[in-house]
Amino acid sequence: MSPSSAQMKRRAGFDFTRWAIHPALIFTVVFFALPLTAMVVVSFWQRVYGKLTATWTLANYSKFFAKDYLLDALLNSIEVTLATTAISILLAYPLAYILAYRIPAHWQRFVLILTVLPFWTAYVVRSYSWLLVISEKGILNVMLMDIGLINEPLAMSYSRGATVLGFVHFFTMLLTLTIYANLVQIKSSYRKAAADLGASPLQVFLRITLPLSLPGVAVGAFITFVICIGDYITPQILGGGTEVLIPQAIMLQVSRAANFPMASVMSITLMVVVVAVYFISAKHLKMERV
Amino acid sequence: MPAWIKNAPAAAYLIAALVFIYLPVVVLVVFSFQDGLLPVPPFNGPSLQWYEKMFANERLMDSLLNSVVVAISSALVTTVLGFLAAYGMARRKPRFAGSIRFVLMAPLTVSYLIIGIGLLITLNIVGIPKSLFAVGIGHVVINLPLCFAIIYSQFGDHLRNIDWAARDLGAGDFHTLTRVIAPIMKPSLFASFCLSATLSWDEFIIAFLLSRFEVTMPVIIFEMLRAGLTPEVNAAGTMVFAISMVTVGIAAVVMVLNYGVKK
Amino acid sequence: MSDSLVELKGVTKEYGAIKAVDNVNMNVSRGEFLVLLGPSGSGKTTILSMMGGFTAPTSGQLIIDGEDVTEVPPASRPTVTVFQDYALFPHMTVRENVSFGLAMRKVSKSVRYKLAEESLETVGLTGFGDRGIHQLSGGQRQRVALARAIAVEPSVLLLDEPLGALDLKIRRQMQEELVHLQKSLGATFVHVTHDQEEAMSIADNIALINQGRIEDYGPPDRVYLRPATLFAAKFMGDSNIFEGIAVSCEDNRIRVDTQMGQLAFTGEAETGATVHVSLRPEQIRLGNAEGDNMIPLGEIKVSEVIFQGTHRLCHVRAGKGLEVELLLRLPQDHAVSKGDTMNIHARQSDAVLLRD
Repeated sequence: MSPSSAQMKRRAGFDFTRWAIHPALIFTVVFFALPLTAMVVVSFWQRVYGKLTATWTLANYSKFFAKDYLLDALLNSIEVTLATTAISILLAYPLAYILAYRIPAHWQRFVLILTVLPFWTAYVVRSYSWLLVISEKGILNVMLMDIGLINEPLAMSYSRGATVLGFVHFFTMLLTLTIYANLVQIKSSYRKAAADLGASPLQVFLRITLPLSLPGVAVGAFITFVICIGDYITPQILGGGTEVLIPQAIMLQVSRAANFPMASVMSITLMVVVVAVYFISAKHLKMERV
Repeated sequence: MPAWIKNAPAAAYLIAALVFIYLPVVVLVVFSFQDGLLPVPPFNGPSLQWYEKMFANERLMDSLLNSVVVAISSALVTTVLGFLAAYGMARRKPRFAGSIRFVLMAPLTVSYLIIGIGLLITLNIVGIPKSLFAVGIGHVVINLPLCFAIIYSQFGDHLRNIDWAARDLGAGDFHTLTRVIAPIMKPSLFASFCLSATLSWDEFIIAFLLSRFEVTMPVIIFEMLRAGLTPEVNAAGTMVFAISMVTVGIAAVVMVLNYGVKK
Repeated sequence: MSDSLVELKGVTKEYGAIKAVDNVNMNVSRGEFLVLLGPSGSGKTTILSMMGGFTAPTSGQLIIDGEDVTEVPPASRPTVTVFQDYALFPHMTVRENVSFGLAMRKVSKSVRYKLAEESLETVGLTGFGDRGIHQLSGGQRQRVALARAIAVEPSVLLLDEPLGALDLKIRRQMQEELVHLQKSLGATFVHVTHDQEEAMSIADNIALINQGRIEDYGPPDRVYLRPATLFAAKFMGDSNIFEGIAVSCEDNRIRVDTQMGQLAFTGEAETGATVHVSLRPEQIRLGNAEGDNMIPLGEIKVSEVIFQGTHRLCHVRAGKGLEVELLLRLPQDHAVSKGDTMNIHARQSDAVLLRD
């Protein structure tokens, strides 16, 4: 082939590299962006005799904000999620710190893997496992009674506390990962320099390590918030119907009533909360660093 | 004091944390071998009866197969899409690169539940029945951002030159990708395949919302939970956990061998 | 023009408002070893990249072997690029790397392995075919990259700072080998570097690039001894550059008054204009001017002497009131010391009147 014909072919031809991103892009638009758009549209539709009808209305939104039990579900969710995030950070930070600075380098990888291994326990089974631990006849009550600390089994399961416990277990592992990843990136020379300049260990931590590790905390906290507030299984299994969180409320609308407009309104509200949290924490969030 | 840790309070905290983290896992696994009807103390000692029961449970075994099929096929699609997208992004910085990345990463910030509801509503409007295929699509949506990010992070500037060198020497798109780029990227492609397969294998809410008659294993286990505490669930959970760990373990070993050692 | 192989006509590359390459015209002859020399960011790599087809010019034309290849992709050009980081395929053996281009040209396995072995022999890596890339040293990788490029017998080999990653000793050795390789293959090499010593030791011609333009173009000795511009004089090694005023200009003869006396040049200048004159440190000699063509440069005072083995580097002050700083490179046997005063002179024809 002479260069000039090759040239003609190229000019008219299909530039593969330019199109390589398109399959993923189109897939995401069709199966992610469009469904979310459909959800927004449906949230303004009506349900007539159980069938979706394209009649525009704001009734779904006003109904959501008028009914206390729906709004309560949202507030419950926010409370549970904030508690979970706070407790998980408090537990995970020391753990990540110990992993990063108190364990010799050649052991770190092993201990880290050991620490986050149960992350991969089957998702549905994770909450169930906690039920085994804290139920009335569960191992914790049995042990406490054996020691003689209590005489009667504590009612720990099927409560908000049980839900938070299940969440904290999972998100402590996740936050340990993100905080650890951040801590090991901080150059040890910063701490040495600070100590050399006369900072006490506490001052080194407060003025050097802690501020530099905040991005890892922020990213982990944001992921925790997003996953936690949208989780259905954990409150369903461990909360046991004492209160309803927003994912459970959404699932009730879908499975019992097939009320898609209302489910959409609630999903959108949930998304708005997450987006708001994103913008509040955005200045600390540098996703690409983790 | 053991050599692997530098002081006592730190050791105590670490051990306490490990107890907290492992407590439910250990209880789950131990009581899957329970000789008795309830997975609570006292432990009557090792028995495989619940595993036998589980393997005899046809519905559970069918769902196991469904889960494997959905996991492998969705992970394949995810990895191919993620690889092509990462290649396109790295090879030529497209116009609107920021916006494209935003779109590709966006599903990460939306709860699985909402993605599931969105797809369910869409199926409903278009009139397509729920199916395992829909579940697979949902799993590609949730895993694509992660796979894209993992693979993209491994595309360095050196790969741009390698890509150019291959084309300079006469390789077309197909040969450049299959003979040069993909083999070099094999570890991260494999890791992202394993990761998406595991996440799909373990995913509940989308599978629950989008499947009907044929369901995946987490959905069946959830149904079994309604019957209350039974060691059969422990056995099933232990198996799901074990399979996840093996997959993740292989991926981790491959990543460590290929990136951890050479660099 | 018959021997012109690569031709750039008004080639310009803009990145937004920045002109990385600004209206470059250039001819590379068949069999020439051309070095594109310039500081980082000068646009030399962009020019090479446009020759290779990896960067499209914003405007202008690129002709190789009589064909307009401006829009032809890299693979269809008779060029092959050796990248700065070598871009060797890490998952392939040396032999697979070297024969890759032949495989893409559908050459049978036995033939391409034979040709690959020949290429390896050419670069002095006989018997390395089965090695992995990770087992090679930097210099060996460099050779494999060369072997891979010459295996497809390109008319033009483009080398993007190929020696930059090597340590000094291997770099000097590879420079010689590159020249031998180029002469024995009879191929055309275009080589990018920022190292002016490297450029001088390997080039047939140097194109000195600055801010996207060609500052100077010619054989190394000409570019070094008679730099065309102020930038060229400064970039090509140490130089003494001092200001003067053109006091008269007639019959293509310029007289320039400097702090150290009057110098004469051939050329045109406006009377009264400030001009720059360049003299290399080794062109300034001690003692009184004697003989034709020698001109006195007045008295100097030595302010610092640095013994550098092959010569003595002297910082001196010269001119009326000792206000001009000069650099002298004296032979080893000229034992001068700090504080000495003496007369200096230079050959009139060594002094160069610079364009700004």
